[in-house]
Amino acid sequence: MSRQKGQDVKPKTSPERLSRRDFLSQASTVGVAGAAATLAGPIAAAVSEPLSQQTTVDGATVIPGTVPVTLRVNGETHHVRIDPRATILDTLRETLNLTGTKKGCDHGQCGACTVHINGRRVNSCLTFAAMHQHDEITTIEGIGRPGNLNPMQAAFVEQDGFQCGYCTSGQIMSAVAMLQEPWGPEDKDVQEAMAGNICRCGAYPNIVAAVQQVRGNGRRNG
Amino acid sequence: MIEFQLITAESPSQAVQLATSSKTAQQGADVRFVAGGTTLIDLMKLDVESPTTVIDINRLDLAKVEKQADGTLRIGALVRNSDLAHNSDVARDYPLLSQALLSGASAQLRNMASTGGNLLQRTRCPYFRDLAYSECNKRIPGSGCAAIGGLNRTHAILGTSEHCIATHPSDMAVAMMALEAVVHVKNAADERDIAIGDFYLVPGTTPQNENVLKPGDLITYVTLPTATPNAKSHYLKLRDRASYEFALASAAVLLQSEGGRIRKARVALGGVGTKPWRSVAAEHALEGKSPSEAHFRAAADAALRDAKPQSGNRYKIELSKRCIIRALSVAAAQA
Repeated sequence: MSRQKGQDVKPKTSPERLSRRDFLSQASTVGVAGAAATLAGPIAAAVSEPLSQQTTVDGATVIPGTVPVTLRVNGETHHVRIDPRATILDTLRETLNLTGTKKGCDHGQCGACTVHINGRRVNSCLTFAAMHQHDEITTIEGIGRPGNLNPMQAAFVEQDGFQCGYCTSGQIMSAVAMLQEPWGPEDKDVQEAMAGNICRCGAYPNIVAAVQQVRGNGRRNG
Repeated sequence: MIEFQLITAESPSQAVQLATSSKTAQQGADVRFVAGGTTLIDLMKLDVESPTTVIDINRLDLAKVEKQADGTLRIGALVRNSDLAHNSDVARDYPLLSQALLSGASAQLRNMASTGGNLLQRTRCPYFRDLAYSECNKRIPGSGCAAIGGLNRTHAILGTSEHCIATHPSDMAVAMMALEAVVHVKNAADERDIAIGDFYLVPGTTPQNENVLKPGDLITYVTLPTATPNAKSHYLKLRDRASYEFALASAAVLLQSEGGRIRKARVALGGVGTKPWRSVAAEHALEGKSPSEAHFRAAADAALRDAKPQSGNRYKIELSKRCIIRALSVAAAQA
């Protein structure tokens, strides 16, 4: 799938086609600028437009080209311009520089990109960010910090619930949301509840142990 | 993914008005509604779907499950699969539907996927999903079918044609076939009710057309008839791994017995048909009979009588039969 934003894409036949390195460098610059804009008032005003300036068709909001959006992430409000094609996942990583959320398959098959929207776990790769201007988005950065870990993060450390760590933020976001869902107490219930998060290192037994520790159903502690 | 215009619809009538200009509501649609996005955005990333206008319908007031005065249950098209599965009316009166929903996808996807969108899920046929294959009659009418004679272990054995053997992937829709749901559709001119048995099309010579929806049609609700009294039901899904996988074969069965005889039987199959597959032949084989394994076997034989296996999926005939027999046995054994 093509991840480039429209204005960056040159035809594949063009001799001036962006190299991967050039593209990443440029994307990174944009990302930093976007993040800075959210922190500095005057810059934020320059890059975002009031909703009232958007055009409408039959009374509906129309979003052509790159669009200004307001996103609530981890309790903070971000005014950014994004491509309508940008998923929440891409917007978090490339525009807001919140890289704790990982891109695995990018097709809803692995769970590495799991975040919470209004407290519910979802695959952030399968929904456009521009569809979530009224939602509260929570990422791994929003549930705990070094020195003040979320109990689920601490349990993953304690139970060694990972090896390479790439799926871990998705696993933890999934596990935290699972605590609010109607699941049974057994290990098999955790396995089913966590089936949407693939771990190719195979740390599953320790992931189940971490989740069960937080749920008070631990049997392999100590 | 090609560029598109994203429009947020504020009302159903506005949404259907905006979609009326689409050249089709089937494969190749240039206007698409997006709800959960779990099928559409996946396929847009693969360029299998390439709408130039995407209408976000998530703000429409279609997210309620409401018991109606006549005893039917009206499910808004935007009710998420997880909410529907755990809805108290559904869990109590239609446990078959809850079971089917919870056997599908993952908890994350069920939090996103909508009732209307689930009905419109697209096939997982790898040749359909991958533009590297030039032969796919569903994507490019007349181009051929790479699955026939190709890797077709997961493909359909019922309702196929020489043009397409792709399976319909939904679990929810299989349960809804057994429950005889009604799909409510709104467009700019009118609203209509479509029995789910009439909603899906078999591929025939036009596999690009998967259902009866026309440009501007929006699914607004799905209604379940009054629950069958004293029904015993079961959804059994067989797949390559224990969870988070599409069915190789599944069965949604419902039995209502009286005086040791089956008075009403409903049998629908997943993973084996080009559409969610209701087997009236299996139901006829059960009704009036005692709930015994011999009669379950006869029903399973009847359900698969017209099955046409491909080079790699002959096993599905026996798998589907055993799936039906097991589902009926589990249902019949319920207290």
